[in-house]
Amino acid sequence: MTAAMLETKDLCMSFGALEVTRKVNFRLERGARHALIGPNGAGKTTFVNLLTGVLLPSRGSILLEGEDLTSLSQARRVKRGIARTFQINQLFRGLTVHENVSIAVSERLGVGGAMLRPAGKRSDVVAEAARLIDMLKLGDDAGRRVVELPYGRQRLVEIAIALGLNPRVLLLDEPAAGIPSTESHILLDAIATLPKDIAVLIIEHDMDLVFRFADRITVLVSGAIFAEGTPAEIAANREVRAIYLGTALDG
Amino acid sequence: MSAAAHLARRHRFRWWELLPWIAGLAAYFAFPTYLAFATQVLITILFALSLDLVLGYAGIVTLGHAAFFGAGAYTVGMLAAQLGWNEPLSGLLAAALVAGAIGLVSGLVLLRTQGLTLLMLTLCTMALLEQAANMGAAWTGGFDGIPGLSFGKILGVFGFDVLYYRSQYLYALAVLLLCFLAVRVLVYSSFGQSLTGVRENLLRMHAVGAPVRFRLVVAYTISAALAGIAGGLFTQATGFVNLAVLGLDRAAGVLIILILGGYGRLYGAFVGAIAYMVLEHLLAKAYPTAWQLGIGLTLMLVALYARNGILGMSDALRRWLQGRAAQ
Repeated sequence: MTAAMLETKDLCMSFGALEVTRKVNFRLERGARHALIGPNGAGKTTFVNLLTGVLLPSRGSILLEGEDLTSLSQARRVKRGIARTFQINQLFRGLTVHENVSIAVSERLGVGGAMLRPAGKRSDVVAEAARLIDMLKLGDDAGRRVVELPYGRQRLVEIAIALGLNPRVLLLDEPAAGIPSTESHILLDAIATLPKDIAVLIIEHDMDLVFRFADRITVLVSGAIFAEGTPAEIAANREVRAIYLGTALDG
Repeated sequence: MSAAAHLARRHRFRWWELLPWIAGLAAYFAFPTYLAFATQVLITILFALSLDLVLGYAGIVTLGHAAFFGAGAYTVGMLAAQLGWNEPLSGLLAAALVAGAIGLVSGLVLLRTQGLTLLMLTLCTMALLEQAANMGAAWTGGFDGIPGLSFGKILGVFGFDVLYYRSQYLYALAVLLLCFLAVRVLVYSSFGQSLTGVRENLLRMHAVGAPVRFRLVVAYTISAALAGIAGGLFTQATGFVNLAVLGLDRAAGVLIILILGGYGRLYGAFVGAIAYMVLEHLLAKAYPTAWQLGIGLTLMLVALYARNGILGMSDALRRWLQGRAAQ
Protein backbone atom coordinates (compact mmCIF):
# COMPACT_ATOMS: atom_id res chain seq x y z
CA MET A 1 0.00 0.00 0.00
CA THR A 2 1.39 3.43 -0.89
CA ALA A 3 1.86 5.98 1.84
CA ALA A 4 -1.24 8.02 2.60
CA MET A 5 -1.06 11.80 2.48
CA LEU A 6 -1.67 11.83 6.21
CA GLU A 7 -1.81 8.79 8.42
CA THR A 8 -2.03 8.07 12.13
CA LYS A 9 -0.90 4.83 13.72
CA ASP A 10 -2.35 3.74 17.07
CA LEU A 11 -2.75 7.38 18.06
CA CYS A 12 -3.65 7.79 21.74
CA MET A 13 -4.21 10.84 23.88
CA SER A 14 -5.24 11.05 27.49
CA PHE A 15 -5.76 13.97 29.81
CA GLY A 16 -4.98 12.34 33.15
CA ALA A 17 -7.25 9.31 33.42
CA LEU A 18 -9.50 10.52 30.62
CA GLU A 19 -8.76 8.83 27.31
CA VAL A 20 -9.93 11.18 24.56
CA THR A 21 -8.24 9.50 21.60
CA ARG A 22 -8.04 5.71 21.60
CA LYS A 23 -5.83 3.81 19.16
CA VAL A 24 -6.90 5.76 16.12
CA ASN A 25 -5.60 4.34 12.85
CA PHE A 26 -6.66 6.81 10.24
CA ARG A 27 -5.72 7.39 6.60
CA LEU A 28 -6.32 10.55 4.64
CA GLU A 29 -5.57 9.86 0.98
CA ARG A 30 -4.13 12.30 -1.51
CA GLY A 31 -6.88 14.48 -2.93
CA ALA A 32 -9.44 13.04 -0.53
CA ARG A 33 -12.56 14.91 0.48
CA HIS A 34 -12.94 13.23 3.82
CA ALA A 35 -15.39 14.04 6.60
CA LEU A 36 -14.96 13.26 10.27
CA ILE A 37 -18.22 13.11 12.16
CA GLY A 38 -19.31 12.04 15.60
CA PRO A 39 -21.37 13.16 18.56
CA ASN A 40 -20.26 16.06 20.75
CA GLY A 41 -17.31 15.11 22.92
CA ALA A 42 -16.21 12.32 20.56
CA GLY A 43 -12.73 13.86 20.40
CA LYS A 44 -12.85 15.35 16.91
CA THR A 45 -11.19 18.65 17.75
CA THR A 46 -8.62 16.86 19.92
CA PHE A 47 -7.80 14.75 16.88
CA VAL A 48 -7.21 17.91 14.79
CA ASN A 49 -5.09 19.37 17.58
CA LEU A 50 -2.97 16.20 17.57
CA LEU A 51 -2.55 16.33 13.79
CA THR A 52 -1.46 19.98 13.86
CA GLY A 53 0.83 19.70 16.87
CA VAL A 54 -1.15 21.86 19.31
CA LEU A 55 -1.20 18.70 21.46
CA LEU A 56 1.38 15.96 21.56
CA PRO A 57 0.00 12.40 21.66
CA SER A 58 0.55 10.09 24.63
CA ARG A 59 1.31 7.25 22.23
CA GLY A 60 1.27 6.47 18.53
CA SER A 61 2.54 8.35 15.52
CA ILE A 62 1.50 10.74 12.77
CA LEU A 63 2.93 10.42 9.26
CA LEU A 64 2.78 12.85 6.34
CA GLU A 65 3.47 10.93 3.13
CA GLY A 66 5.24 8.31 5.20
CA GLU A 67 7.39 10.85 7.06
CA ASP A 68 7.07 10.91 10.85
CA LEU A 69 5.81 14.26 12.14
CA THR A 70 4.92 13.20 15.67
CA SER A 71 7.54 15.27 17.46
CA LEU A 72 7.56 18.30 15.15
CA SER A 73 6.35 21.71 16.37
CA GLN A 74 3.21 23.33 15.09
CA ALA A 75 5.18 25.77 12.93
CA ARG A 76 7.23 22.96 11.33
CA ARG A 77 4.09 21.03 10.47
CA VAL A 78 2.62 24.12 8.82
CA LYS A 79 5.79 24.41 6.74
CA ARG A 80 5.36 20.76 5.70
CA GLY A 81 1.91 21.61 4.42
CA ILE A 82 -0.67 21.04 7.15
CA ALA A 83 -3.08 23.95 7.58
CA ARG A 84 -6.20 24.22 9.65
CA THR A 85 -9.16 26.38 10.51
CA PHE A 86 -10.57 26.63 14.01
CA GLN A 87 -13.96 25.68 15.37
CA ILE A 88 -14.16 29.11 16.98
CA ASN A 89 -12.69 31.92 14.86
CA GLN A 90 -9.05 32.63 15.58
CA LEU A 91 -8.39 35.77 13.61
CA PHE A 92 -6.35 38.94 13.90
CA ARG A 93 -9.44 40.83 14.93
CA GLY A 94 -8.06 44.36 14.92
CA LEU A 95 -6.48 44.01 11.47
CA THR A 96 -8.13 44.21 8.07
CA VAL A 97 -9.18 41.15 6.11
CA HIS A 98 -6.39 41.82 3.66
CA GLU A 99 -3.80 42.02 6.43
CA ASN A 100 -5.12 38.80 7.98
CA VAL A 101 -4.54 36.88 4.77
CA SER A 102 -1.26 38.70 4.01
CA ILE A 103 0.23 37.55 7.30
CA ALA A 104 -0.39 33.92 6.37
CA VAL A 105 0.96 34.35 2.85
CA SER A 106 4.08 36.18 4.14
CA GLU A 107 4.85 33.35 6.54
CA ARG A 108 4.46 30.77 3.83
CA LEU A 109 6.79 32.65 1.48
CA GLY A 110 9.27 33.02 4.33
CA VAL A 111 9.24 36.84 4.34
CA GLY A 112 7.36 37.26 7.63
CA GLY A 113 10.56 38.32 9.40
CA ALA A 114 11.78 40.79 6.77
CA MET A 115 12.40 44.16 8.37
CA LEU A 116 13.23 46.64 5.64
CA ARG A 117 10.72 46.50 2.82
CA PRO A 118 7.21 47.80 3.63
CA ALA A 119 4.70 44.95 3.77
CA GLY A 120 2.53 46.75 1.22
CA LYS A 121 5.35 46.71 -1.33
CA ARG A 122 5.56 42.92 -1.43
CA SER A 123 3.48 42.68 -4.56
CA ASP A 124 3.57 38.86 -4.62
CA VAL A 125 2.09 38.68 -1.10
CA VAL A 126 -0.44 41.46 -1.72
CA ALA A 127 -1.62 39.97 -5.00
CA GLU A 128 -2.02 36.45 -3.66
CA ALA A 129 -3.93 37.68 -0.62
CA ALA A 130 -6.22 39.64 -2.94
CA ARG A 131 -6.77 36.53 -5.10
CA LEU A 132 -7.78 34.40 -2.12
CA ILE A 133 -10.05 37.15 -0.80
CA ASP A 134 -11.82 37.34 -4.18
CA MET A 135 -12.11 33.56 -4.31
CA LEU A 136 -14.04 33.62 -1.02
CA LYS A 137 -16.16 36.55 -2.20
CA LEU A 138 -14.72 38.81 0.50
CA GLY A 139 -13.58 41.49 -1.94
CA ASP A 140 -15.98 44.16 -0.67
CA ASP A 141 -14.74 43.72 2.89
CA ALA A 142 -11.00 43.43 2.17
CA GLY A 143 -10.23 46.82 3.73
CA ARG A 144 -12.46 46.39 6.77
CA ARG A 145 -11.26 45.23 10.14
CA VAL A 146 -12.27 41.67 10.88
CA VAL A 147 -13.97 42.67 14.12
CA GLU A 148 -16.47 44.74 12.10
CA LEU A 149 -17.61 41.77 9.96
CA PRO A 150 -20.57 39.50 10.71
CA TYR A 151 -19.56 36.12 12.10
CA GLY A 152 -20.34 34.26 8.89
CA ARG A 153 -17.99 36.48 6.88
CA GLN A 154 -15.31 35.97 9.53
CA ARG A 155 -15.59 32.20 8.97
CA LEU A 156 -14.59 32.77 5.37
CA VAL A 157 -11.53 34.75 6.49
CA GLU A 158 -10.51 31.69 8.54
CA ILE A 159 -10.53 29.65 5.36
CA ALA A 160 -8.74 32.31 3.32
CA ILE A 161 -5.93 32.31 5.90
CA ALA A 162 -5.62 28.52 5.77
CA LEU A 163 -5.55 28.60 1.96
CA GLY A 164 -2.88 31.30 2.11
CA LEU A 165 -0.59 28.65 3.56
CA ASN A 166 -0.94 26.68 0.32
CA PRO A 167 -1.51 23.42 2.21
CA ARG A 168 -1.21 19.83 1.05
CA VAL A 169 -3.52 18.84 3.88
CA LEU A 170 -6.35 21.16 4.90
CA LEU A 171 -8.17 20.49 8.16
CA LEU A 172 -11.48 22.33 8.47
CA ASP A 173 -12.91 22.25 11.98
CA GLU A 174 -16.64 22.94 11.62
CA PRO A 175 -16.15 25.53 8.88
CA ALA A 176 -19.89 26.07 8.39
CA ALA A 177 -20.66 26.68 12.08
CA GLY A 178 -22.14 30.16 12.25
CA ILE A 179 -22.47 30.60 8.49
CA PRO A 180 -26.07 31.11 7.38
CA SER A 181 -27.10 28.12 5.26
CA THR A 182 -27.73 30.49 2.37
CA GLU A 183 -24.01 31.32 2.36
CA SER A 184 -22.53 27.85 2.88
CA HIS A 185 -22.38 27.38 -0.90
CA ILE A 186 -19.58 29.98 -1.02
CA LEU A 187 -17.64 27.66 1.24
CA LEU A 188 -18.35 24.58 -0.85
CA ASP A 189 -17.52 26.46 -4.04
CA ALA A 190 -14.20 27.50 -2.53
CA ILE A 191 -13.37 23.93 -1.56
CA ALA A 192 -14.42 22.73 -5.00
CA THR A 193 -11.90 25.04 -6.65
CA LEU A 194 -8.98 23.75 -4.58
CA PRO A 195 -6.31 21.84 -6.48
CA LYS A 196 -7.35 18.20 -6.65
CA ASP A 197 -4.25 16.85 -4.93
CA ILE A 198 -4.92 18.74 -1.67
CA ALA A 199 -6.37 16.37 0.90
CA VAL A 200 -9.23 17.98 2.82
CA LEU A 201 -10.53 16.70 6.14
CA ILE A 202 -13.70 18.38 7.31
CA ILE A 203 -15.30 18.12 10.73
CA GLU A 204 -18.91 19.13 10.46
CA HIS A 205 -22.27 18.69 12.12
CA ASP A 206 -24.27 19.83 9.11
CA MET A 207 -25.03 16.41 7.55
CA ASP A 208 -26.36 18.00 4.39
CA LEU A 209 -22.98 19.63 3.85
CA VAL A 210 -21.08 16.46 4.80
CA PHE A 211 -22.92 14.32 2.29
CA ARG A 212 -22.56 16.91 -0.46
CA PHE A 213 -18.87 17.34 0.19
CA ALA A 214 -17.35 14.03 1.27
CA ASP A 215 -16.31 11.02 -0.73
CA ARG A 216 -15.35 9.23 2.47
CA ILE A 217 -16.65 9.52 6.03
CA THR A 218 -15.14 8.44 9.34
CA VAL A 219 -17.32 8.23 12.43
CA LEU A 220 -15.57 8.87 15.72
CA VAL A 221 -17.25 7.83 18.97
CA SER A 222 -15.68 8.19 22.41
CA GLY A 223 -12.26 8.79 20.89
CA ALA A 224 -12.19 5.66 18.74
CA ILE A 225 -13.08 5.04 15.10
CA PHE A 226 -16.54 3.54 15.10
CA ALA A 227 -17.15 3.19 11.39
CA GLU A 228 -15.62 4.30 8.12
CA GLY A 229 -16.75 4.14 4.51
CA THR A 230 -18.32 5.92 1.58
CA PRO A 231 -21.26 8.22 2.29
CA ALA A 232 -23.62 5.52 1.04
CA GLU A 233 -22.11 2.93 3.37
CA ILE A 234 -22.26 5.25 6.35
CA ALA A 235 -25.83 6.26 5.59
CA ALA A 236 -26.78 2.58 5.40
CA ASN A 237 -25.00 1.62 8.63
CA ARG A 238 -27.75 0.96 11.18
CA GLU A 239 -25.54 1.40 14.22
CA VAL A 240 -24.28 4.77 13.00
CA ARG A 241 -27.82 5.87 12.27
CA ALA A 242 -28.85 4.76 15.73
CA ILE A 243 -26.19 6.65 17.65
CA TYR A 244 -25.67 9.65 15.49
CA LEU A 245 -27.38 10.10 12.19
CA GLY A 246 -30.88 9.01 13.08
CA THR A 247 -32.43 12.39 13.58
CA ALA A 248 -30.35 14.13 10.94
CA LEU A 249 -31.36 11.75 8.12
CA ASP A 250 -34.86 10.78 9.09
CA GLY A 251 -35.93 14.18 10.29
CA MET B 1 -9.56 52.56 -2.77
CA SER B 2 -8.94 48.83 -2.60
CA ALA B 3 -7.45 47.22 0.47
CA ALA B 4 -4.35 46.21 -1.45
CA ALA B 5 -3.83 49.75 -2.70
CA HIS B 6 -4.34 51.08 0.81
CA LEU B 7 -1.75 48.64 2.17
CA ALA B 8 0.67 49.59 -0.60
CA ARG B 9 0.40 53.25 0.41
CA ARG B 10 0.16 52.96 4.15
CA HIS B 11 3.90 53.29 4.77
CA ARG B 12 4.26 56.45 2.69
CA PHE B 13 4.99 59.70 4.50
CA ARG B 14 2.08 62.05 4.92
CA TRP B 15 2.49 65.81 5.06
CA TRP B 16 1.59 66.10 8.74
CA GLU B 17 4.41 63.76 9.70
CA LEU B 18 6.73 66.71 9.17
CA LEU B 19 4.96 68.72 11.88
CA PRO B 20 6.65 67.16 14.95
CA TRP B 21 10.07 67.91 13.51
CA ILE B 22 9.17 71.45 12.49
CA ALA B 23 7.75 71.95 15.98
CA GLY B 24 10.94 70.46 17.42
CA LEU B 25 13.10 72.94 15.52
CA ALA B 26 10.73 75.83 16.28
CA ALA B 27 10.91 75.03 20.00
CA TYR B 28 14.67 75.50 19.82
CA PHE B 29 14.20 79.13 18.79
CA ALA B 30 10.96 79.84 20.65
CA PHE B 31 11.86 78.53 24.11
CA PRO B 32 15.63 78.99 24.53
CA THR B 33 15.28 79.00 28.33
CA TYR B 34 13.34 75.72 28.37
CA LEU B 35 15.80 73.62 26.36
CA ALA B 36 16.88 71.51 29.34
CA PHE B 37 13.26 70.56 29.92
CA ALA B 38 12.64 70.09 26.20
CA THR B 39 15.66 67.76 25.96
CA GLN B 40 14.16 65.60 28.69
CA VAL B 41 10.92 65.50 26.70
CA LEU B 42 12.80 64.29 23.60
CA ILE B 43 14.56 61.58 25.61
CA THR B 44 11.25 60.48 27.09
CA ILE B 45 9.68 60.34 23.63
CA LEU B 46 12.46 58.01 22.47
CA PHE B 47 12.03 55.86 25.56
CA ALA B 48 8.24 55.68 25.05
CA LEU B 49 8.77 54.89 21.37
CA SER B 50 10.94 51.92 22.30
CA LEU B 51 8.20 50.71 24.63
CA ASP B 52 5.59 51.14 21.90
CA LEU B 53 7.43 48.63 19.72
CA VAL B 54 7.02 45.85 22.31
CA LEU B 55 3.82 46.91 24.06
CA GLY B 56 1.86 48.57 21.28
CA TYR B 57 2.92 46.43 18.35
CA ALA B 58 4.00 43.06 19.76
CA GLY B 59 1.63 43.14 22.74
CA ILE B 60 4.33 42.34 25.32
CA VAL B 61 3.15 43.85 28.60
CA THR B 62 6.18 44.97 30.60
CA LEU B 63 6.66 46.91 33.79
CA GLY B 64 10.44 46.70 33.65
CA HIS B 65 11.37 48.66 30.57
CA ALA B 66 13.44 51.11 32.63
CA ALA B 67 15.93 48.24 33.05
CA PHE B 68 17.14 48.98 29.52
CA PHE B 69 17.00 52.75 29.91
CA GLY B 70 19.10 52.32 33.05
CA ALA B 71 21.50 49.89 31.38
CA GLY B 72 22.16 52.44 28.64
CA ALA B 73 22.49 55.30 31.11
CA TYR B 74 24.96 53.43 33.32
CA THR B 75 26.94 52.14 30.33
CA VAL B 76 27.60 55.69 29.15
CA GLY B 77 28.25 56.91 32.70
CA MET B 78 30.63 54.11 33.65
CA LEU B 79 32.55 54.25 30.39
CA ALA B 80 33.12 57.98 30.91
CA ALA B 81 33.93 57.76 34.63
CA GLN B 82 36.03 54.60 34.67
CA LEU B 83 37.67 54.52 31.24
CA GLY B 84 37.50 58.16 30.21
CA TRP B 85 35.57 57.07 27.13
CA ASN B 86 33.47 60.20 26.61
CA GLU B 87 32.99 60.40 22.86
CA PRO B 88 29.17 60.81 22.62
CA LEU B 89 28.20 58.84 19.49
CA SER B 90 30.23 55.74 20.26
CA GLY B 91 28.92 56.02 23.82
CA LEU B 92 25.35 55.76 22.52
CA LEU B 93 26.37 52.80 20.38
CA ALA B 94 27.82 51.08 23.46
CA ALA B 95 24.62 51.87 25.38
CA ALA B 96 22.55 50.27 22.61
CA LEU B 97 24.76 47.17 22.52
CA VAL B 98 24.75 46.62 26.28
CA ALA B 99 21.01 47.26 26.68
CA GLY B 100 20.29 45.14 23.60
CA ALA B 101 22.37 42.27 25.00
CA ILE B 102 20.48 42.42 28.30
CA GLY B 103 17.23 42.50 26.33
CA LEU B 104 18.28 39.47 24.32
CA VAL B 105 19.33 37.35 27.30
CA SER B 106 16.38 38.31 29.51
CA GLY B 107 14.00 38.05 26.55
CA LEU B 108 15.08 34.47 25.83
CA VAL B 109 13.98 33.53 29.35
CA LEU B 110 11.05 35.91 29.95
CA LEU B 111 9.25 35.58 26.66
CA ARG B 112 8.48 31.94 27.33
CA THR B 113 5.83 33.30 29.67
CA GLN B 114 2.78 35.49 29.23
CA GLY B 115 0.42 37.76 31.09
CA LEU B 116 0.95 38.33 34.80
CA THR B 117 3.97 35.99 35.00
CA LEU B 118 5.67 37.99 32.28
CA LEU B 119 4.74 41.26 33.98
CA MET B 120 6.27 40.08 37.27
CA LEU B 121 9.42 38.77 35.59
CA THR B 122 10.05 42.06 33.77
CA LEU B 123 9.71 43.80 37.12
CA CYS B 124 12.14 41.33 38.71
CA THR B 125 14.72 41.82 35.95
CA MET B 126 14.65 45.54 36.57
CA ALA B 127 14.89 45.07 40.35
CA LEU B 128 17.93 42.81 39.87
CA LEU B 129 19.68 45.44 37.77
CA GLU B 130 18.75 48.15 40.25
CA GLN B 131 20.26 46.15 43.10
CA ALA B 132 23.36 45.40 41.04
CA ALA B 133 23.79 49.14 40.42
CA ASN B 134 23.26 49.83 44.11
CA MET B 135 25.76 47.22 45.31
CA GLY B 136 28.48 47.66 42.69
CA ALA B 137 29.42 51.00 44.25
CA ALA B 138 33.03 50.85 43.07
CA TRP B 139 31.79 51.00 39.47
CA THR B 140 28.39 52.63 39.66
CA GLY B 141 28.75 54.98 42.60
CA GLY B 142 26.10 52.98 44.45
CA PHE B 143 23.24 54.99 45.89
CA ASP B 144 24.85 58.32 45.00
CA GLY B 145 25.41 57.44 41.36
CA ILE B 146 28.05 59.10 39.23
CA PRO B 147 27.85 62.93 39.25
CA GLY B 148 29.80 65.53 37.33
CA LEU B 149 30.41 63.65 34.10
CA SER B 150 31.66 65.55 31.09
CA PHE B 151 31.52 64.47 27.49
CA GLY B 152 33.48 65.17 24.36
CA LYS B 153 32.28 67.23 21.42
CA ILE B 154 29.69 65.75 19.07
CA LEU B 155 31.46 64.89 15.82
CA GLY B 156 34.37 66.81 17.33
CA VAL B 157 32.56 70.13 16.80
CA PHE B 158 29.58 70.79 19.07
CA GLY B 159 30.35 70.88 22.77
CA PHE B 160 28.02 70.01 25.64
CA ASP B 161 27.29 72.49 28.36
CA VAL B 162 25.06 71.40 31.24
CA LEU B 163 23.98 74.99 31.77
CA TYR B 164 23.17 75.79 28.14
CA TYR B 165 21.34 72.92 26.51
CA ARG B 166 21.55 74.08 22.89
CA SER B 167 23.84 71.28 21.68
CA GLN B 168 22.16 68.66 23.81
CA TYR B 169 18.74 69.59 22.48
CA LEU B 170 19.65 69.43 18.79
CA TYR B 171 21.71 66.29 19.37
CA ALA B 172 18.77 64.59 21.12
CA LEU B 173 16.43 65.74 18.35
CA ALA B 174 18.71 64.26 15.69
CA VAL B 175 19.10 60.95 17.54
CA LEU B 176 15.34 60.79 18.05
CA LEU B 177 14.75 61.40 14.35
CA LEU B 178 17.11 58.58 13.32
CA CYS B 179 15.64 56.13 15.83
CA PHE B 180 12.10 57.12 14.86
CA LEU B 181 12.82 56.48 11.18
CA ALA B 182 14.20 53.06 12.06
CA VAL B 183 11.14 52.16 14.13
CA ARG B 184 8.86 53.46 11.39
CA VAL B 185 10.50 51.25 8.78
CA LEU B 186 10.23 48.32 11.17
CA VAL B 187 6.53 48.64 12.02
CA TYR B 188 5.45 48.94 8.38
CA SER B 189 7.56 45.95 7.30
CA SER B 190 6.43 42.34 7.13
CA PHE B 191 8.19 41.87 10.46
CA GLY B 192 6.09 44.66 12.00
CA GLN B 193 2.95 43.16 10.52
CA SER B 194 3.82 39.79 12.06
CA LEU B 195 4.27 41.47 15.46
CA THR B 196 0.76 42.87 15.25
CA GLY B 197 -0.32 39.34 14.36
CA VAL B 198 1.21 38.05 17.59
CA ARG B 199 -0.53 40.83 19.52
CA GLU B 200 -3.91 40.14 17.93
CA ASN B 201 -3.94 36.34 18.12
CA LEU B 202 -1.10 34.18 19.39
CA LEU B 203 -2.88 30.90 18.64
CA ARG B 204 -3.47 31.85 15.02
CA MET B 205 0.08 33.08 14.62
CA HIS B 206 1.37 29.65 15.64
CA ALA B 207 -1.13 28.08 13.25
CA VAL B 208 0.23 30.02 10.27
CA GLY B 209 3.66 28.62 11.03
CA ALA B 210 5.32 31.77 12.37
CA PRO B 211 8.34 31.40 14.68
CA VAL B 212 6.51 33.41 17.32
CA ARG B 213 9.00 33.40 20.17
CA PHE B 214 11.93 34.21 17.92
CA ARG B 215 10.07 37.23 16.53
CA LEU B 216 9.22 38.40 20.03
CA VAL B 217 12.83 38.06 21.21
CA VAL B 218 14.06 40.04 18.19
CA ALA B 219 11.52 42.80 18.84
CA TYR B 220 12.36 42.85 22.54
CA THR B 221 16.08 43.12 21.79
CA ILE B 222 15.63 45.99 19.33
CA SER B 223 13.33 47.77 21.76
CA ALA B 224 15.85 47.29 24.59
CA ALA B 225 18.62 48.76 22.42
CA LEU B 226 16.49 51.83 21.64
CA ALA B 227 15.65 52.28 25.33
CA GLY B 228 19.39 52.00 25.99
CA ILE B 229 20.07 54.83 23.54
CA ALA B 230 17.47 56.94 25.37
CA GLY B 231 19.21 56.18 28.67
CA GLY B 232 22.62 56.99 27.18
CA LEU B 233 21.29 60.33 25.94
CA PHE B 234 19.99 61.06 29.43
CA THR B 235 23.42 60.62 31.00
CA GLN B 236 25.14 62.65 28.29
CA ALA B 237 22.61 65.48 28.49
CA THR B 238 22.50 65.77 32.26
CA GLY B 239 26.09 64.85 33.08
CA PHE B 240 25.12 62.44 35.83
CA VAL B 241 23.56 59.05 36.38
CA ASN B 242 21.95 57.59 39.49
CA LEU B 243 19.55 54.85 40.56
CA ALA B 244 16.51 56.87 39.47
CA VAL B 245 17.22 55.85 35.86
CA LEU B 246 16.09 52.27 36.40
CA GLY B 247 13.47 52.33 39.12
CA LEU B 248 9.81 51.45 39.03
CA ASP B 249 8.94 55.16 38.91
CA ARG B 250 10.54 55.53 35.51
CA ALA B 251 9.16 52.24 34.20
CA ALA B 252 5.61 53.03 35.29
CA GLY B 253 5.95 56.63 34.12
CA VAL B 254 6.80 55.67 30.55
CA LEU B 255 3.96 53.14 30.52
CA ILE B 256 1.51 55.85 31.61
CA ILE B 257 2.89 58.20 28.97
CA LEU B 258 2.40 55.67 26.21
CA ILE B 259 -1.12 54.79 27.30
CA LEU B 260 -1.95 58.49 27.63
CA GLY B 261 -0.75 59.20 24.09
CA GLY B 262 -2.10 55.99 22.55
CA TYR B 263 -0.10 52.81 22.07
CA GLY B 264 0.53 50.93 18.84
CA ARG B 265 0.32 54.17 16.87
CA LEU B 266 3.90 55.36 16.52
CA TYR B 267 2.98 58.97 17.38
CA GLY B 268 1.42 58.10 20.74
CA ALA B 269 4.89 58.35 22.28
CA PHE B 270 5.23 61.94 21.05
CA VAL B 271 1.80 63.10 22.12
CA GLY B 272 1.90 61.25 25.44
CA ALA B 273 5.34 62.45 26.48
CA ILE B 274 4.63 66.08 25.61
CA ALA B 275 1.16 66.06 27.21
CA TYR B 276 2.31 64.34 30.39
CA MET B 277 5.49 66.32 30.94
CA VAL B 278 4.01 69.71 30.09
CA LEU B 279 1.02 68.99 32.34
CA GLU B 280 3.35 67.88 35.12
CA HIS B 281 5.45 71.00 34.67
CA LEU B 282 2.49 73.41 34.69
CA LEU B 283 0.72 71.70 37.59
CA ALA B 284 3.89 71.66 39.65
CA LYS B 285 4.22 75.38 39.05
CA ALA B 286 0.59 76.17 39.86
CA TYR B 287 0.14 73.83 42.85
CA PRO B 288 3.57 72.97 44.20
CA THR B 289 2.09 70.90 47.04
CA ALA B 290 -0.66 68.95 45.29
CA TRP B 291 0.27 68.73 41.62
CA GLN B 292 0.19 64.93 41.60
CA LEU B 293 -3.52 65.12 42.34
CA GLY B 294 -4.05 66.85 39.01
CA ILE B 295 -1.99 64.23 37.15
CA GLY B 296 -3.93 61.45 38.87
CA LEU B 297 -7.30 62.94 37.94
CA THR B 298 -6.26 63.41 34.31
CA LEU B 299 -5.09 59.81 34.07
CA MET B 300 -8.32 58.54 35.61
CA LEU B 301 -10.32 60.46 33.02
CA VAL B 302 -8.19 59.03 30.21
CA ALA B 303 -8.50 55.49 31.59
CA LEU B 304 -12.27 55.81 31.93
CA TYR B 305 -13.23 57.71 28.80
CA ALA B 306 -10.36 57.49 26.32
CA ARG B 307 -9.09 53.92 26.32
CA ASN B 308 -7.04 54.53 23.19
CA GLY B 309 -5.35 57.62 24.57
CA ILE B 310 -5.29 61.13 23.19
CA LEU B 311 -4.71 59.97 19.61
CA GLY B 312 -7.59 57.50 19.93
CA MET B 313 -9.77 60.36 21.13
CA SER B 314 -8.85 62.53 18.15
CA ASP B 315 -9.60 59.60 15.80
CA ALA B 316 -13.03 59.21 17.36
CA LEU B 317 -13.64 62.94 17.03
CA ARG B 318 -12.62 62.89 13.37
CA ARG B 319 -14.94 59.97 12.64
CA TRP B 320 -17.78 61.75 14.43
CA LEU B 321 -17.22 64.91 12.40
CA GLN B 322 -17.06 62.92 9.16
CA GLY B 323 -20.26 61.14 10.16
CA ARG B 324 -22.00 64.49 10.74
CA ALA B 325 -20.70 65.88 7.47
CA ALA B 326 -21.99 62.82 5.63
CA GLN B 327 -25.51 63.23 7.01
